[in-house]
Amino acid sequence: MPTPARYWREIPQRYRLEAAKCRRCGLILFPPRLICPECQSREFEGVKLAEEGKVITYTIIRVPPHQFEDQAPYAVGIVELDDGVKLMGQIVDCPFEELKTGLRVRIEFRKMMEEGEAGVIYYGYKFVPA
Amino acid sequence: MRDVAIIGVGMAKWGELWEKSLRQIFVETALNALDDAGVDRLDAMYVGSMSSGLFVGQEHLGSLLADYLGQKALPAARVESACASGGLALRLGFIDVASGMNDVVMVAGVEKMTDLNPNEATYALGTAADQEYEGYHGITFPGLYALIARAHMERYGTTRKQLAMVAVKNHENGALNPLAQFPFKISLEAVLNSPLVADPLRVLDCSPITDGAAAVILAPVELAKKLQKPVVKIIGSGHATDSIALAQRKDITWLESTYQAAKKALAMAGKKIEDVNLFEVHDCFTIAEICVIEALGLVEKGKGGQAVEAGLTRVDGRFPVNPSGGLKAKGHPVGATGVAQAVEIVKQLRGEAGPRQVKGARIGLTQNMGGTGGSSVVHVLAAE
Amino acid sequence: MVGIVGYGAYIPCYRIRVEEIAGVWGADAESYKKGLLLEEKSVPAPDQDTITMAVEASRRAIKRAGINPQEIGAVYVGSESHPYAVKPSGTVLAEAIGACPDVHTADLEFACKAGTEGMYLALSQVKAGDIKYGLGVGADTSQGAPGDALEYSTAAGAAAFIFGRQKIIAEVLETYSFTTDTPDFWRREYQYYPRHGGRFTGDPAYFKHIVGAGKGIMAKAKIKPEDITYVIFHQPNGKFPLRAGELLGFQKKQLEPGLLVNRLGNTYSGSSPLGLTATLDIAKPGDVVLIVSFGSGAGSDAFLFRITERIDEVRDLAPKTRDMLNGRRFYLNYGSYAKFRKKIRKAEK
Repeated sequence: MPTPARYWREIPQRYRLEAAKCRRCGLILFPPRLICPECQSREFEGVKLAEEGKVITYTIIRVPPHQFEDQAPYAVGIVELDDGVKLMGQIVDCPFEELKTGLRVRIEFRKMMEEGEAGVIYYGYKFVPA
Repeated sequence: MRDVAIIGVGMAKWGELWEKSLRQIFVETALNALDDAGVDRLDAMYVGSMSSGLFVGQEHLGSLLADYLGQKALPAARVESACASGGLALRLGFIDVASGMNDVVMVAGVEKMTDLNPNEATYALGTAADQEYEGYHGITFPGLYALIARAHMERYGTTRKQLAMVAVKNHENGALNPLAQFPFKISLEAVLNSPLVADPLRVLDCSPITDGAAAVILAPVELAKKLQKPVVKIIGSGHATDSIALAQRKDITWLESTYQAAKKALAMAGKKIEDVNLFEVHDCFTIAEICVIEALGLVEKGKGGQAVEAGLTRVDGRFPVNPSGGLKAKGHPVGATGVAQAVEIVKQLRGEAGPRQVKGARIGLTQNMGGTGGSSVVHVLAAE
Repeated sequence: MVGIVGYGAYIPCYRIRVEEIAGVWGADAESYKKGLLLEEKSVPAPDQDTITMAVEASRRAIKRAGINPQEIGAVYVGSESHPYAVKPSGTVLAEAIGACPDVHTADLEFACKAGTEGMYLALSQVKAGDIKYGLGVGADTSQGAPGDALEYSTAAGAAAFIFGRQKIIAEVLETYSFTTDTPDFWRREYQYYPRHGGRFTGDPAYFKHIVGAGKGIMAKAKIKPEDITYVIFHQPNGKFPLRAGELLGFQKKQLEPGLLVNRLGNTYSGSSPLGLTATLDIAKPGDVVLIVSFGSGAGSDAFLFRITERIDEVRDLAPKTRDMLNGRRFYLNYGSYAKFRKKIRKAEK
């Protein structure tokens, strides 16, 4: 479970998918970094990620970590967005039989987890069939 | 750089050791190693442990364990690289002795995992992944390897049966290992029918939760000869890292860090992969062993599954992989695994592996990996 | 001229049928279906709440508005199921759409009319010249007590409207609110489910305020039912809005495009607003649209709009309400429904 500060710090990425594009080599980094792993440049411009993409691989989690017990079983996959950036996320609103590599998906704002009955509610992005 | 030998090994039975605390488990094993080496005073110690902090709330492990081992004022450090903690501890101990800084160095690994319930343990293991961009989305370790497995199966035609055969082979080997957590055979049907953990991986594709420790004593080769111990040398060591987040890798079916670490270790050893007689590799999940033998260059990329099916990795096969039973049958007390791999290779190179003995074992290789390949440490060992 | 610049709707993809609920409680499904004209309702997934739906509906409104979200000066979320008792839904929404930090935000409550309240406040600030664009959202994941009549209708959905002076698709001709203190439906603090006054929720509550607001706005605007193309009423069930239409002199066909409750359920603060989005999806330039919300406690907000030419340019830029209602959806059994809605008591952690 993140602390409120650890969660809040990542809001630009979790809510708005803000990424950084290397000015020298064009690599898009999500999350943004201070130095480009490909060309070592330290100059970036802010970009937003594409909203749709396709599933590259997926699995169904049946033995969850304890914060996700109430959500299991759930699907998690790696999605390649239309701008080439790959990210990991849950795939929801999709019966397991319909999951497949190549499935077109789009990003949707969803609840990630809750810190019990009295703690913070964490939000972020998940993928739904497009 | 001096030549470094392993002059003693120690390991006790692994499993769910309810009655033993972390420090007890460590000390019993460490004393075995000291006795095997015939030394009673160390110059330094490196202990691999992935997360004594999360599992039993204990940090400052180097000092605690040095004290309980009875080694006053010993320079001791805990080493961490997720599941490669043990292998990395071995490398740091090797560098310590090779550089001439210290003479008699203990390298150990320990993990006490059963004080947490399974969901909490899953979380602790999950800290090897990217917390904010993988863990935040509810992924687990079986889940990460399941993502790799599906991609490998779809791209290369690796089959569910081939994955299961890795587990079956390792149990066949582990059945002959009295220290293994699960010293018994399992059938292909048992693997294929075991409950799903993260599709397509099932319970019997996954290494278990284990309590255990392993220890080796390193010394310069001259000292080994003086002590009249069979000389097993570490002739190569390699270490490499990679993005820990799977989504950020160029090819999620390829273990680049293992490829790089193996290249460096073999180059230092002056050997080719074909010269190696046996391998102890990181089969945290069945798919991992398949990817590792590809990254080591034992088979062409994508052909790992076929190699397993053809029996090439059996103890009597062309390249014996995991004669100890691997992580699957022997157990996987995370930080101890990398050191236990070295213990097995040493026993094999000494000719002391009993019914598990690989015939003509002269050169062995250990491959220990953190997370989904975020780090890899490879060592090459040779009998003198 | 002030009006709606963009609109968006969000309906979750899960449903449960009246028969499924009735079967569990031994109730007569037909009496709910015929008596209240209800067939099925939407169910939010365990990872959805008022905030997540408000974000998606607002993103769609921004797509249709075609504006930079930084220019939104006010964000209001009306709901009776805000995820926190103390910590605004509006701040999460404002961050998620990229309106922060130069924005005013407030969470609103007034039973089912909290959505139109946010719309009214956003509109008023644009009118006053304080802000360029204002966003008002109605969203709910309302809960019905197990075995209670409300369980057949309490549903989930969100509708978002951006108001401004430029790029208008629906000009605001008039507004009017009718409010009295009428305890027809309430929930005390720390209670999980609401209570209601049974038949008292009809004439003295719903009908008095809807008719009061409807008559009031038509008098203020000097307009008659025949001059209005479409009308949308708050929809707690399928019968009430039809009777409200009769009482005010409307014909059934004027209500039809905005009547979603029989397949959607009552989305509370999203109820009449989603009826409005469904109507905007099909309205033509020149059409006159009346919306009258109702919130227990009690009150009604009424808005009168005239549709502009621009509607044709933006309608297709985001999903349409009935496409979500009729499209890809999954029916739950009562057990899954109870699990989704956290009605099952689990062991203490």
